[in-house]
Amino acid sequence: MNLTDNWIGATFVNLIYLMLMTAMLLAFVRLVYGKAAPDRVVALDLISAVVVAFTALYAVVTDQRELVDVAIGIALITFLGTIAFARYIERRARNDEE
Amino acid sequence: MNESFSVVREAVVLALLFVGALFLLLAGVGVVRMPDVFTRMSAATKAATLGTLCMLSAVAVYFNDFGVTVRSLLVIAFVFMTAPVAAHQIGRAAYFIGVELWSGTRLDELRGRYDAETHVLNSHTTRDDSASGETHDTD
Repeated sequence: MNLTDNWIGATFVNLIYLMLMTAMLLAFVRLVYGKAAPDRVVALDLISAVVVAFTALYAVVTDQRELVDVAIGIALITFLGTIAFARYIERRARNDEE
Repeated sequence: MNESFSVVREAVVLALLFVGALFLLLAGVGVVRMPDVFTRMSAATKAATLGTLCMLSAVAVYFNDFGVTVRSLLVIAFVFMTAPVAAHQIGRAAYFIGVELWSGTRLDELRGRYDAETHVLNSHTTRDDSASGETHDTD
């Protein structure tokens, strides 16, 4: 069973690729033009979610189940990154006040 | 496995992938269109979590294999536990650095309740001049 064997599946898969690319592009717009630092962290968080979704979609389309492990790794690392950025922003604010 | 079941499973996989991509697209639109950090974060976190749920459910349904299903559920559980924590941390950081709230904000219940030096939340207000959480138009 392969999703892209018939034209319906191929059309849907291309549409889903397009939607995920648009989502990543919109998050990237916020990453570039974000006014405050937390805006950019939110955009990075969304980009990481889109990357996990991309990995899942690619695993399904290419029929490679090993890619689910990659999704686990990406989800773990980006959570740590987001927490680190948030705590860095907060600590910088506290140090500036002193 | 018979042919009709395979077709149904393929349809379910495509539907889950489509809904998940739709949620992520909505999260992207929300991140660009929402007026301030907190509303953007709200849109991005909730929609992206649901999108990840749908995409990884599609993986579990497609492979129909115990190991892959367990890994998918692991990622789903992990995202559902960590996304709120990450959003809370970003929101807390944004509030402390004094990010401007949307001009249409009606109520800021945290106003005056955070100790500026220790970053500890109090149930009473720490400053007398801002006892009410109402935001003022002149701000």
